[in-house]
Amino acid sequence: MTDRIPGFSTLAIHAGAQPDPSTGARVTPIYQTTAFVFDDVDHAASLFGLQAFGNIYTRITNPTTAALEERVAALEGGTAALATASGHAAQLLAFHAMMMPGDNIVAANKLYGGSINQLNHSFKSFGWEVRWAEATDPDSFTALIDDRTRAIFVESLANPGGVLVDLDAIAAIARSKGIPFVVDNTLATPYLCRPIEHGADIVLHSLTKFMGGHGNSMGGVIVDGGTFDWSASGNYPMLSKPRPEYNGMVLHETFGNFAFAIACRVLGLRDLGPAISPMNSFLIMTGIETLPLRMQRHCDNALKVAEHLKSHDKVDWVSYAGLESDPYYGLHRKYMPKGAGSVFTFGVKGGYDAGVALVSNVQLFSHLANIGDTRSLIIHPASTTHRQLTDEQKTAAGAGPDVVRLSIGLEDVEDLIADLDQALATIEA
Amino acid sequence: MNHDSYQDAYIRGILDEVKTIAMIGASANSVRPSYFVLKYLLAKGYDVIPINPGQAGKEILGQPVYGKLADVPRPIDMVDVFRNSEAAGAVVDEALALSPLPKVIWLQLGIRNDEAAARAEAAGIKVVMNRCPKIEYGRLSGEIGWTGVNSRTISSKRPVLQKGFQHRGLRDLKEKI
Repeated sequence: MTDRIPGFSTLAIHAGAQPDPSTGARVTPIYQTTAFVFDDVDHAASLFGLQAFGNIYTRITNPTTAALEERVAALEGGTAALATASGHAAQLLAFHAMMMPGDNIVAANKLYGGSINQLNHSFKSFGWEVRWAEATDPDSFTALIDDRTRAIFVESLANPGGVLVDLDAIAAIARSKGIPFVVDNTLATPYLCRPIEHGADIVLHSLTKFMGGHGNSMGGVIVDGGTFDWSASGNYPMLSKPRPEYNGMVLHETFGNFAFAIACRVLGLRDLGPAISPMNSFLIMTGIETLPLRMQRHCDNALKVAEHLKSHDKVDWVSYAGLESDPYYGLHRKYMPKGAGSVFTFGVKGGYDAGVALVSNVQLFSHLANIGDTRSLIIHPASTTHRQLTDEQKTAAGAGPDVVRLSIGLEDVEDLIADLDQALATIEA
Repeated sequence: MNHDSYQDAYIRGILDEVKTIAMIGASANSVRPSYFVLKYLLAKGYDVIPINPGQAGKEILGQPVYGKLADVPRPIDMVDVFRNSEAAGAVVDEALALSPLPKVIWLQLGIRNDEAAARAEAAGIKVVMNRCPKIEYGRLSGEIGWTGVNSRTISSKRPVLQKGFQHRGLRDLKEKI
């Protein structure tokens, strides 16, 4: 008898979620509780010493959240996962487990603007340096790596510019330097791309976006690929050295190929505290059950809208990797052939003022700072998400003055095109 | 047999069959992996016998410690080995000298010795290498998922509760889809 490996859609519904053991509830219940009773003092000691599997306190583990974690780990092909209060929290905890003061991250310059802020400014106060590589040029990563580099960080499909990075090429650099390759997979989701299969060691998500998919819950996740040797270099003491918090336990030795997820949980989440609420875990998990269906429709709708805009006389350019003319079309076909995602940018003729006019006059698209909702969303990054960046950084991040970002939802695509057409018609040439 | 990967049913069958486990290299240090596994397997109802020459005559977690396998005065179902791959060969030969023979020899995560495994299998002993019985029990019961670990199993059946809600037993794989 051979163990049958379930397909993606089956995992999206079943992974992590057996019926509830006490009630038989088929859907994973919302364990809206802060704490869990111990059987006895010895059981409590085993749990606190990490010697037994079990629940103590919802800041560290929670059964609803655990089902979400196992599901995302299964969908990404990882060994384990850790859910957090937001995608930003996932980034904080992941880098916290790798970085010491004076260490640096080599990151792609095409990232979500909020991540650029987090890496540039917030992380600086921890003594963590960020070095910006050109996302489209793998050699530029090599040039920035030194003996204090502890991670390489990219987005598989970058927000907002629709830039794809060459995951295989950057993974090869990371491997040759003995540095973990960290990939944010928020915009692609594992339905479109599974970065671990392309050499990623750690995968991060904002679950707030397409994974949850309904614009109702914040969440993030760290997926441990189980692929990186945290002990080889001695540069990752959180994993390779005895931990005083746990009487000298060495996490990598003890937890093997899921030690990174454990370190993020018992050293990061436990002490820094950005736990996801069980209610949000439940809502996101419900969203994930339809991820394959939703993501395909998101991509199909986005391609039609992008094709329409490309031929529109008020539109200067469209940056969507699903278009054959796009410079990233080849990488799209290689890394995410089912679709190029639903978030893309275009340049409206008339620059900053035209961008502002467009977002002011749409009637169906919602003007807000989010992506990955059932609803179609629009934003003018230069006046909102990216306004804190310098003009140079804005342009480098794909958020120049004429840039408008769309997140195409699941509505009838004809209605979306009609709404953009009427709003574009209000712009004076 | 091929030791690069194991069917869940093979591992589950072993964990279901064995009752008495001799643990080579059981540590008295409460943060060592072998201590974790010893404590966990005891909690799951196995009769675990620590083997450690440095601790012989003492107790670990209330269990009398023996210096070597041959000193254990009762039949052993499984020998669980916390030694490096090279040293594991001599341990397997010690196990092959037992009477009655153990049913299973299990080498821990990171430990693999194909020559020794072949000797054991020639004697009719089942072999598992580069795995941990705690992780495998946690995986096949679903408990390991509480820590966000991918159990690589799915099931539409209720989990088996062993004693109380925070202790699960092994799933019946016949019911696994």
